[in-house]
Amino acid sequence: MSAENSEEPVLQVRGLSVELPKGTDRTYAVEEISYEVRPREIVCLVGESGSGKSVSAFSVMGLLPEGQLTAVAGEVLLQGENILEASEERLRALRCTRMSMIFQEPMTALNPVMTCGDQIDEVLDYHTDMGQAERRAKILDIMEQVRLPDPEKMIDAYPHQLSGGQRQRIMIAMALVLDPVLLIADEPTTALDVTTQAQILKLIKELQTDHGTGVLFITHDFGVVAEIADRVAVMQWGRIVEFGTREDVLSRPREAYTQMLISSVPSMTPRKRGGVTDAKPVLRTRDLNMVYGSSGFLRRDRKVHAAKDVSIEVRRGETLGVVGESGSGKSTVARCIARLIDPTSGEIFIDDDDIARLGVGKLRSHRRRTQIIFQDPYRSLNPRRRIGDSIIEGPTNYGTSVAEAFERARELMALVNLDPNSLDRYPHQFSGGQRQRICIARALAMEPELLIADEAVSALDVSVQAQVLELLDDIREKLDLAMLFITHDLRVAAQVCDRLAVMSKGEVVEYGPAGEIFNNPQHEYTRELFAAAPGRDWEFGKFVA
Amino acid sequence: MSQIQETHGDVSSLVDAAAEADASSRKLSIWERLLQDKSVVIGGSIMAFMVLLSIMAPLLGTMDPSEIDPTYRNKTPGFEKVWTDEDDKEQSWAFRMGTDTLGRDTYSRVIYGTQVSLIVGITVAALSISLGLVIGMFAGYIRWLDGLVMRVMDGLMAIPGILLAIALVSLSSAGLDTVILAITIPEVPRVVRLVRSIVLSIREEPYVEAAISTGTRLHLILYRHVLPNTVAPLIVQGTYIVASAILVEAILSFLGAGIPPEIPTWGNIMAEGRVLFRIFPHNILFPGIFLAITVLAVNMLGDGLRDTLDPRLEKRT
Repeated sequence: MSAENSEEPVLQVRGLSVELPKGTDRTYAVEEISYEVRPREIVCLVGESGSGKSVSAFSVMGLLPEGQLTAVAGEVLLQGENILEASEERLRALRCTRMSMIFQEPMTALNPVMTCGDQIDEVLDYHTDMGQAERRAKILDIMEQVRLPDPEKMIDAYPHQLSGGQRQRIMIAMALVLDPVLLIADEPTTALDVTTQAQILKLIKELQTDHGTGVLFITHDFGVVAEIADRVAVMQWGRIVEFGTREDVLSRPREAYTQMLISSVPSMTPRKRGGVTDAKPVLRTRDLNMVYGSSGFLRRDRKVHAAKDVSIEVRRGETLGVVGESGSGKSTVARCIARLIDPTSGEIFIDDDDIARLGVGKLRSHRRRTQIIFQDPYRSLNPRRRIGDSIIEGPTNYGTSVAEAFERARELMALVNLDPNSLDRYPHQFSGGQRQRICIARALAMEPELLIADEAVSALDVSVQAQVLELLDDIREKLDLAMLFITHDLRVAAQVCDRLAVMSKGEVVEYGPAGEIFNNPQHEYTRELFAAAPGRDWEFGKFVA
Repeated sequence: MSQIQETHGDVSSLVDAAAEADASSRKLSIWERLLQDKSVVIGGSIMAFMVLLSIMAPLLGTMDPSEIDPTYRNKTPGFEKVWTDEDDKEQSWAFRMGTDTLGRDTYSRVIYGTQVSLIVGITVAALSISLGLVIGMFAGYIRWLDGLVMRVMDGLMAIPGILLAIALVSLSSAGLDTVILAITIPEVPRVVRLVRSIVLSIREEPYVEAAISTGTRLHLILYRHVLPNTVAPLIVQGTYIVASAILVEAILSFLGAGIPPEIPTWGNIMAEGRVLFRIFPHNILFPGIFLAITVLAVNMLGDGLRDTLDPRLEKRT
């Protein structure tokens, strides 16, 4: 679709500034931003966390938290009408009829004690004078349009009875039922699995074409941008640094910041690596099974087979990626191997020792050989302990003297590119990326043979992600570690993995060298997964020397 | 924000700047933050005053609180007793809060009663928190113990606290220790529940899992990573227990199931003043005021402590 059309824009934001409360790290949440959304156009607002994307969307909807964020300058014109000056009453009338919003987490955006039909009905009941039968017909029609299976049944379903994708469809149905001219989508697919995300993106694009809606799409994911955007606005620290067509911004970015961001996006083409080695496996699992279940007095028997006959191996100096969607059992496998949970059956060999069945006492001497790095950098470090104490905790558990462990901790800090003199600081004094480096240092302090990274870069912004990935790869090479890399992000997997295990519903469906799997996926699920990766056809350039 | 900055600026200088900025806000220590909270200051001062009263009771113009003087029964506040001593000197004694039906000085009884109330309140809080903390930690961390312990606690909670206390007191002889025990037992399950729920959420934190995978032993995990998280909520809970224990002690004494009547406690004084309440309200009024003020102060202190210490309300970076 061409972005060039001469129609009157549905949304014009001119010189909008939103002030932050006093005492925060900057004065404005967004500062003098200007952009516009035309009919039948998708404008992506893209930026890293804290860049002000959501604030600008909320100010369009008139949803800024009162007393905390105030628009102090500029205007927001919805079909020529200034939203910032509209009364609360007028805003209520405009919402859903002229502008609508969908949110990131459909489970919390929907009322759990109302049926989906009733929630859509609420919109119709408030804004129109249709009769009950007419409203019902309209609801069924819009549910049909968002491709919900069996609308007659769905209309009486409660949100928890639906899948994440279906809930998001309900949200979209609710947003579009009155044909608004503007749809604001705030990270609508971030909480969804990649295959569901692909379907929802397709749906938004189709509906938007059919209804002629202008869409303001907020995302941090450049894959998504490449997939659906007509025009792109790149935000940094509350300012729009670049605004232009998708082709211009993604292929010929002018600003250094945009160039840096786009260069940080990992490529879908697997990186050429040293090749698969024949070194001795550090980790081997054989028919690993994990069944979660609670059975007991006064409880119903419930069993979930989270890992089924998983057999993988990781060699010294090699990275095995485990990819899959949420619920595929990849984290379960990682936690079994780290023995944070006890596998139901199967064997886990670290070198030649089977640790799957070891009791607490015997396990302890094997603990240091496997270390794990977690997803959430904000919760992986005890906020009440100095980072130095966190790093030396492991070695001192095994009898290293405190002084010696500190000496080693200083070396490790240097290794992960942090200041060795900051060991006596607390975790909250560091950013997310820095904390993840500290967690890596803590794991390395144990001198492990196997390093497990459980979605270790998923919570990080793309530019920080690139740095941490580089660090992990560096360390693996320097220390000749075996690494088990759990991720849902195929782009990341393409860049760091030598071998790949694709998991679905607890089973490894495809297993082999990463290059081969990416170029020639065999299993149907793998193909589906790759096809769903947003922006897979878009080659993000590298702009920074 | 700082994540983005990291890509541009020099990492170490950024960390230094952050640390300096933080040092100034961090130096505003817990004590200073507590002193900024009005309810902490007011509640704390009243409590300090009460503690002072109870310690200094003999020096505050009191007489023996259990001395009976049948000639001065049921005197109203301010009544002056005048007598001549052995040296033919005229002596006088003002009953600032009147006397009770046995002619005992209510003022002295109320002041001495402060001792009992505070001892009961603080001892009960200390006992139930330490018991609850230990039981709750193990129930929360050791899976198989959980069901067992919590069913026992549920059982204890199903019995009304005061009823349980009355039963316990009537089983053994009435005395300070029995009363303390009787009030402590129904408080324990509440503390256990609180501690257990904290432990359950903390044990799932990645930093605890990281500690497990670096081979930290169970007692160290509990001590280093779990225990510090219980301190703030327990201090808050502790103040509420103090308040409720003081009340329950008064109720038990009022019902005649508490501390023996010869020991002055606020509840005892009120119990004895009950019969003639219509005519001589002072025997209920004065201990009642002390009781109300103390409980209010403890609760204010608790609220203030919660606002300052509770991590859920703390600003996170």
